[in-house]
Amino acid sequence: MFKQKTTEQIKAATRKTDSGSHAFYNNPKYRAVIYQTLLIAGLAYFFYTIISNTLGNLEAAGIKSGFGFLDNAAGYDVLMSLISFDSTDTYLRVFVVGFLNTILVSIMGIILATILGFIFGVMYFSRNWLIKKVSVVYVETFRNIPLLLQILFWYSAVLATLPGVRDSLSLGEAIFLNVRGLFIPQLVGQAGSTLVYIAIAVAIVAIFVMRSWAKKRQDATGEQFPVFYASLGLFFGLPLLATLITGIPFTVDYPVLQGFGFRGGITVIPELMALTIALSVYTGAFIAEAVRAGIQAVPHGQTEAARSIGLREGKIMSLIIVPQAMRVIVPLLNSEYQSLVKNSTLAAAIAYPDLFNVFVGTALNQTGQAIETIFMAIIVYFALNMFISFVMNRFNNNVELVGR
Amino acid sequence: MIKISSLVAGGLALGLTLGAQAATLDDVKKRGVLSCGVSTGLAGFSQKDEKGNWSGLDVDVCRAVAAAVLGDASKVQYKPLTAKERFTALQSGEIDVLSRNTTWTHTRDTSLGLNFAGTVYYDGTGFMVSKKLGVKSAKELDGANACIQAGTSTELAISDYFRENNIKYKPVTFDTSDQTRSGFESGRCDFLTSDQSQLYALRIGLKNPAGAIVLPEVISKEPLGPVVRQGDDQWFNIVKWSLNAMIEGEEQGVTSANAADKAKNGKPGNKRLLGTEGELGKNLGLNADWALQVIKQVGNYSESFERNVGSGSQLKISRGLNALWKDGGILYSPAMR
Ligand SMILES: N[C@@H](CCC(=O)N[C@@H](CS)C(=O)NCC(=O)O)C(=O)O
Repeated sequence: MFKQKTTEQIKAATRKTDSGSHAFYNNPKYRAVIYQTLLIAGLAYFFYTIISNTLGNLEAAGIKSGFGFLDNAAGYDVLMSLISFDSTDTYLRVFVVGFLNTILVSIMGIILATILGFIFGVMYFSRNWLIKKVSVVYVETFRNIPLLLQILFWYSAVLATLPGVRDSLSLGEAIFLNVRGLFIPQLVGQAGSTLVYIAIAVAIVAIFVMRSWAKKRQDATGEQFPVFYASLGLFFGLPLLATLITGIPFTVDYPVLQGFGFRGGITVIPELMALTIALSVYTGAFIAEAVRAGIQAVPHGQTEAARSIGLREGKIMSLIIVPQAMRVIVPLLNSEYQSLVKNSTLAAAIAYPDLFNVFVGTALNQTGQAIETIFMAIIVYFALNMFISFVMNRFNNNVELVGR
Repeated sequence: MIKISSLVAGGLALGLTLGAQAATLDDVKKRGVLSCGVSTGLAGFSQKDEKGNWSGLDVDVCRAVAAAVLGDASKVQYKPLTAKERFTALQSGEIDVLSRNTTWTHTRDTSLGLNFAGTVYYDGTGFMVSKKLGVKSAKELDGANACIQAGTSTELAISDYFRENNIKYKPVTFDTSDQTRSGFESGRCDFLTSDQSQLYALRIGLKNPAGAIVLPEVISKEPLGPVVRQGDDQWFNIVKWSLNAMIEGEEQGVTSANAADKAKNGKPGNKRLLGTEGELGKNLGLNADWALQVIKQVGNYSESFERNVGSGSQLKISRGLNALWKDGGILYSPAMR
C-alpha cells in the first residue's frame, strides 16, 4: 500500500515538471537540438581551420595544391588496366584504373579466402586425424606469418622461379605458364552470342525459382528434389543449347608466342596471382578460425539430435550445423573482408598496379600533391569498407531471421 | 621495406607542419648532425657497407655540406629513401637535404616547394638488356616488358620514347632498386630502364654482370643534384656552394692532400676559396674555412668521382659530360669570388 502511494506521488511530481513553465533550453528535446547544432558548428569550424591552414601553409611553402592536376595527362603507363589506358590519359583515369584493379584483387581474394576458410574450418571437425591436422597446420602457419612476407614469398620465391617465356609450361599448347604470368585463351563472342549470354541469365534466374519451388514442395510434402544436379544441368545445359542453336557464335583467341612474349588471349600477370594467392591464403586462415568458432558455438546436442533422426554426417554439417554457425561466422567475416581490402595496398611491394600503387604511389610522386591523392585514397578505402559492412549486415540479418 | 604508413602520415603531417620552419642552418647546428636523404642502396652513389658506413657520389655531397656547416664530414645521419618517399621526406622536414640521384625537372622545381642546388652528375635514361636477346637498339624493344622504379622521371621518359617511336611496352614498376633488379634477373622483364649511371651500378650487382649489356641509346636529360626546401635561401646557398667548392677545387687543382698547404701558400684564388682571404664563408653564415674542410675531408669533384664511380671504383664510368668545362665536359662552377 505504502509503496504504491509513493510511486503515484513521484509520477505526479514528474508530470508537473514536464508541463512546468521552465525555460525552453531545459526541455530535453530542444536541448539535444542545441547541443547538436553547436557540435556541428564546432566541427565545421575545426575542419575549416585545418583546411585553410593547410592551404595557406602549402602556398607559403610553394607547393601546388588543388584537384586541377586530375585533368592533366599522366605521362606514364600502367602495367595492367581493365579499361583502356595510355600515357596521354589523365590522372583521373589513373585513379579509376587503380580503383578497378583494387576491386578486382579484392573480389577474387574474398571469394577464394571464403572458400579456403570454409573448407579448412570444417576440416577441423573431421574424425580423420590427418585431415584435422592439415587444417590446424594451415591455420597456424599462414595466420602467423606476416602478410608482406607471404606476398613476397609467392612472388619472388614461387612465381619468379617459373621458366622463361621460351620454355613456358604449357597445357595443350593453349594455356601457358611462365615467369611473365598465366596466358589463357579468350572466347570472343561473334554475332549471335548475345543469345548465349541471355541463356546464362535465364539459367541463373531459373535456378533460384526452382530452389524456392523445391523448398516449398519439400515443406509441404516432404519430398526431396535433386536441386543441386538440376541446378548444374540448368547452368550448363541452357547456355550450351543456345550455343548449339546459334551455330557456336564464338571464336577462340589463343595466346601465341611472338616477339618478346605472348600476344592474344588473356594474360594474368604474376603480380596479380601472387597478391591474390597471398591475400586469400592469409585471410582464409582467419576465416577458417571464424568458421571453427562458429561451429563450436553450436551446442553438441544439435549434432546428436540430427544423428538420432538418421541424417548423414555431411548433411548434418550442411543442414544443421553450418546454418546455425553462420550467426557467429558472418560478423567475423565482415571484418576479415575489410582487412583483406585494406591489406591489398601491400600490392606496391610487388608492382601490382592497385590504387595505392599507381595513384598514391606514382601519381603522388609525379605531381607532388600528397594531400589530395592521399585524401582521395582514404575516401575510396573508407567507402569500400562501408560498402562491405552494409552488405554483410544485410546478410547477417538474413541468417539471424532464418534461424528463428 | 615499403613505408606506406610513413608515407601517409608524412603526407598528412605535411600540411600542418609546413608553416613552422625555422632556418635550417640553425637547426642543423643545434642538432650537431646533418640529416641527409639518400637512396636505399645504389653502388657508386649511395651505398652502405657491412660496417654501416655510407659511401658514394651522392653521399659525398651530404658529407661536403656537413663539413662546410659543422666542420666534420662524418656528422651525417643518412635516411635511405625510395623514389616515392623522397620528396615528402624533404617537404615535411624529415631531412635537411636530399641527395639521391634526383633529376632536376621543371615540375619538381616549381610545384613541389623545392629547389635544386646544382648538378652533381649529368645523366640520361638508358636501357639494360640481357645479352641473350641479341637486341642492339632500344627501337627493337617493341612489345617488351620493362622493369622500372616507381615514382621516377624514368617512368615519364620511357613512356615518351616508346610513344614517339610508335612501339609498345609494359611497365613493371617496383619500389626499390633491389626489386627492380630482381625483376630483371628473374626474367619478368626484357629490359631494365633507369638513368644510365644507375644501370652500370645495377649491372655489377647482377649474379652474372657479363650477361647484360647497356644499350648505347640515351633518351632523355637527367641532371642529378641535391635538393632543398624552397624558402630558406641561406640554406639553399650553402648546399649550392658546398657542391661548387668541390668543382672549383678540381678546377684550381686543390686536392684533399694539398688543401691545407694551398690555403697558406697558394695563389690568391686558392686562398679565397679556402678562406684565408676574403669573406666567402662569412657571407654564407659559415666559418671561414668551410671550403677547406669540404676539400680536405671529402676531396674535390675529381677525387670523389674517381673514387666512387670512376677509375677507382667498380663502375669505371668515364667523365664524359661530367668533365670540367675546360676538359670538354659541361661541369662549371660560377666564379668563386
Ligand atoms: N633520376 C630519376 C631516377 C632515380 C631513381 O630512383 N633511380 C633508381 C634506379 S633503379 C634508384 O636509384 N633506386 C635506388 C633506390 O631506390 O634506393 C629520378 O629522379 O626520378
